[in-house]
Amino acid sequence: MALPEKLVTEFDELCSHYPERRSGLIMALHRCQEELGGWISPETMEAVAGYFEMEPVEVYGVASFYPMFRMTPPGEHVVSVCHNIACELRGAPDILKKVCEVTGASVHGTSSDGKFTVETVECQGACTTAPMFDLDGVYHEELTLESVEKILGGLS
Amino acid sequence: MIPANETYLLNRVQNKGSETLASYREHGGYVAIEKILKENTPFDQVIEELKDSGLRGRGGAGFPTGLKFSFMPDPEKDPRPRYLAVNADESEPGTCKDRILLREDPHGLIEGILIACRAIRAEAAYIYVRGEYRKEYNNLFAALAEARAAGLVGKNIAGSDWSCEIWMHKGAGAYICGEETGLMESLEGKRGHPRPKPPFPAGFGLWGQPTTVSNVETLFNVPFILNRGARWFRTMGTEKSPGNILCGISGHVERPGVYEVPLGISTRTLIEEYAGGVWKGRKLKAFFPGGSSTGLLPASAIDTPMDHDGMKDAGSMLGTAALMVLDETACTVRAMEVVARFYDHESCGQCSQCREGTQWLYQIFRRLENGQGRVEDVELLDSLAHGMAPGKTICALADAAAIPTHAIVKNFKDEMMEHATLGRCPLSHDHSTKEKREPAEAGA
Ligand SMILES: Cc1cc2nc3c(=O)[nH]c(=O)nc-3n(C[C@H](O)[C@H](O)[C@H](O)COP(=O)(O)O)c2cc1C
Ligand code: SF4
Ligand code: FES
Repeated sequence: MALPEKLVTEFDELCSHYPERRSGLIMALHRCQEELGGWISPETMEAVAGYFEMEPVEVYGVASFYPMFRMTPPGEHVVSVCHNIACELRGAPDILKKVCEVTGASVHGTSSDGKFTVETVECQGACTTAPMFDLDGVYHEELTLESVEKILGGLS
Repeated sequence: MIPANETYLLNRVQNKGSETLASYREHGGYVAIEKILKENTPFDQVIEELKDSGLRGRGGAGFPTGLKFSFMPDPEKDPRPRYLAVNADESEPGTCKDRILLREDPHGLIEGILIACRAIRAEAAYIYVRGEYRKEYNNLFAALAEARAAGLVGKNIAGSDWSCEIWMHKGAGAYICGEETGLMESLEGKRGHPRPKPPFPAGFGLWGQPTTVSNVETLFNVPFILNRGARWFRTMGTEKSPGNILCGISGHVERPGVYEVPLGISTRTLIEEYAGGVWKGRKLKAFFPGGSSTGLLPASAIDTPMDHDGMKDAGSMLGTAALMVLDETACTVRAMEVVARFYDHESCGQCSQCREGTQWLYQIFRRLENGQGRVEDVELLDSLAHGMAPGKTICALADAAAIPTHAIVKNFKDEMMEHATLGRCPLSHDHSTKEKREPAEAGA
């Protein structure tokens, strides 16, 4: 697989910001994940390695270090529930349970209809509006069991 | 009643369109950098002003900012390219202050970056924004484009002969990339493995060149100090911790939020006045003063001043001033189980003390909370933490896990012992029922 032309053009510009081309790698992986199916597939890994003139295993070594990069394909929607201390104090364990209940997914799993992937994440910087989750890249804060139902129920 | 202290950090965020150049200009924006460029203010003078102000870093360590800037080598003797790395990775649990500035007042940060870059004679700044902050990233990106179009970023800034680039960069969910050398590795497209120090960033930083790393809120203070002077800055806060700080109050309080307060304010005022008191009319049990890396203090410490010395004297740390409140129904062992799980998850694994130590801390806190702990576990936790820190590892993440461990053993030993002797959490019979406790209150 070759990288789409659009991404190559973008990456050329991106890498010009740094004295060393490789510095663009993490930003490039983000864009690949956004554009190419919500995860970093082995094919994507190889294409990115080709672009940066690195070994695929080296790209894998970097990508796998960062929790935001997925090595398996996610469901249609991804719910990332914060389970760190400020959210825990405001009821995150109940929120997480509710999320699993509404979506039919288990924690770090995907629902059988492929609609939802549910995961726990560490503090997202929304502690004063806890509890929270991130749904497909958008924060939902000050969650209640009712609002969880409303937000996710509308999608399932 | 919230006391009527002078504020400046959050004054603009209420304005409609506060994130735009027009709004920033309307409120005196870019005046400081334009004045510096027009008058060709000597580099040292800016650094001296920052030194005089006593501004200390807001990223957690509280290092004096002017002094840090002065560590950059003299370009006459060391002509290598040099950089500013802006730490917008904000991932210390409890901390959500930089987020407001990035999202609502990005031009204030950009002006701070420009002044800092000119003072340390950096040719470029890289802003490392945590990957999850999408809206914040986009607002800052848009502000940067506006500033560039207005000739305030890039070549010949504001018509002067000075040029400086500002580029944005994204993290991808790793806490350790907030540590300054982990951040630099990550910016170079690698795993975020902290580097041994020395060499320090001022000599060997990004791409091996002289680099200064500063936090968002720190740089945000800079234009205010240049505009109004070091003496004005020192009218707020304390002798050793001057200025205002953004204090995020979370957990069991009536009004959680990010509040701008003078350093040295009492924790009681923060909890009772700003945050409206402990929620549901309950009693205070404990609090983390500045994020999960700072030692949990008992309710009796409520009159501790929120500043570097005050918190140190009380046996904790100011950290990021992210105050997390636990009410009387909360279990401190459960809180530390969650905190230890976090450090276990985030250890980069380079140092065995940290890699193994964080894992053991988590396992032991967990078994105590779940009723499988032993009385000896209390001492074991303390001795494990001694084996990890201070100064035994490449970076301070191991310390960040060890410090709150020592604190809970010191301040809440009885509660830990009770877990071991009862064979369960005294506040809830077992872990699974505990998670069901007060379901209706979640998020109230
Ligand atoms: C494990 C660890 C995580 C850190 N995370 C952050 C962070 O998210 N944001 C930040 O500004 N500083 C963080 N720091 C502190 C930085 O290393 C550095 O001291 C700071 O960015 C310097 O900026 P300042 O002098 O303006 O405070 C962290 C430090 C450690 C040891
Ligand atoms: S102390 Fe922990 S996080 Fe820091 S370098 Fe060592 S293993 Fe990595
Ligand atoms: S602890 Fe959940 S957002 Fe900070």
